[in-house]
Amino acid sequence: MDSAEVLKLAKLARIEISAEEAESLSHEFDAILNYVSEVKAVATSPNPLLAKERAKGEVNIMREDANPHESGIYTERLLNQAPQRDGSYIKVKKIL
Amino acid sequence: MIDLSKLTIQSAREALKKGEFTSRELTQASLDAIKEKDGGIHAFLDVFKGALAQADEADKKIAEGIDLPLLGIPLALKDNILVEGEKASAGSKILRDFVAPYSATATQKLRDAGAVILGHTNCDEFAMGSSTENSAYGPTKNPRDLSRVPGGSSGGSAAAVSAGMALGALGSDTGGSIRQPAAFTGVVGFKPTYGRVSRSGLIAMASSLDQIGPFTKSVSDAETIYEVLKGTDEMDSTTIAEDTYESDKSFKKVIGIPRSFVLGEGIDSEIKTNLEASIQKFKDLGYEVRDVELPHLKFALAVYYILMPAEVSSNLARFDGVRYGLHVGGANGIEDYFKTRGTGFGREVRRRIILGTYVLSSGYYDAYYGSALSAKRLITEELREAFKDVDFILTPTTPTPAFKFGEKTADPLSMYLADIFTVPANISGCPSLSIPSGFVDDLPLGICLTSDLGREDVLFKAGKEFLGEL
Repeated sequence: MDSAEVLKLAKLARIEISAEEAESLSHEFDAILNYVSEVKAVATSPNPLLAKERAKGEVNIMREDANPHESGIYTERLLNQAPQRDGSYIKVKKIL
Repeated sequence: MIDLSKLTIQSAREALKKGEFTSRELTQASLDAIKEKDGGIHAFLDVFKGALAQADEADKKIAEGIDLPLLGIPLALKDNILVEGEKASAGSKILRDFVAPYSATATQKLRDAGAVILGHTNCDEFAMGSSTENSAYGPTKNPRDLSRVPGGSSGGSAAAVSAGMALGALGSDTGGSIRQPAAFTGVVGFKPTYGRVSRSGLIAMASSLDQIGPFTKSVSDAETIYEVLKGTDEMDSTTIAEDTYESDKSFKKVIGIPRSFVLGEGIDSEIKTNLEASIQKFKDLGYEVRDVELPHLKFALAVYYILMPAEVSSNLARFDGVRYGLHVGGANGIEDYFKTRGTGFGREVRRRIILGTYVLSSGYYDAYYGSALSAKRLITEELREAFKDVDFILTPTTPTPAFKFGEKTADPLSMYLADIFTVPANISGCPSLSIPSGFVDDLPLGICLTSDLGREDVLFKAGKEFLGEL
């Protein structure tokens, strides 16, 4: 992986990094990806254990979209954590 | 003067009941120990002002004859577990001034069981690390040797218990972050079955792996805290019930040793010697020891370093400088994100988010993430097959004793290998317990016992026998 690719990924992840950091990350990623690549062979070799179904414990748990809490009781507590607010709004820069 | 280093939760509860000391005296002893020792150790990021008031509440209940499992017991929480009205930074600059608007379910359960919450302990940023060197607030030192790391990521919690500043503490374990620091500091560390303890109010790292668990001085104490914490929670849909995993609850006193895994490269000879001594001790206690072949166990760490960064990149997308946490302004809205996240996250966190972005990106998703999910299933099924014949798998907790500061920071891969023995339990979801097993050159070592899903009982039984608690 080269540093240009790292910079592109950092952009996708919305993180500003320096050119020096991208360069050193590219070498670290090469080492890490080389290490983790061994799983590719494991996953493609046929294994009877993989054919077994054991779904219990891995099901989506859903609940009714009902019984909301009383409107507004948490508003102030949550807004207090916003870095910038304007009354009951969280303030952001204009988008368009 | 109460000597906290000699007390367990169990013995402190008995003393409180008999009136040998009050919870206020016990809590004050903890606060004094923190004042006296923590300057050199840096286990705590925050000591709560309300601790003595909580102790007074507990004393009132004790006087009324109320009996609760943790009534009056001073405990510490890792800085990623929320306490309403208190700061929680998860060791990160991006949450430096964040005040929790609600309490974690685990926090609430400890309070309901009568515990006194002393404060928040240091950790690697967002629980990413094996040494606490990644904390934005400086590292914690190992109380057994101040030139060495306490392990991580829950290093502050481990050090607080090991140094006698708290009788117990909570940490979170995603790849070994409870068990590895427990081994490095000579205490007991326990990761329950995935889903047995609610993560509501735990700052998420990798949600398919994270579990909250205790640090204590004895296995009985770990069991006490686990019994308080466990249970389903409507605020965490991944929590599971007692009977989710069917079991005949058998206990055969048979241990499995995955020899080819344990005897691999990079494992210190002292660690192997200590494991052999521990095996002999179990044999003397009447256990049968068998070799087990688990050919895929060695891939668990590689699986971990695909799944974990993938989930990290997704979970940490929420830190945007808009709703809470640090905000660093740029020229426009999108630059706000770049500057906030570039400044607020430390180097290891940036590394993992970007790596996770790569393994999830189009064209690489199947090769990395998809393969890792298949390998995860294989490792889980292989372990569960083994548990038909053996009660638990025994390995060392760590491949080396506690290392020196800076020893592994330059090479991320060498730091990652510190979790080689603990990661399989996270990948499979199995419960896993680290207990002290001796010393090499005055540095503590630990052994790691891992049992089948839902079989915490096996670990508590064997762990208590090993430490002579029965």
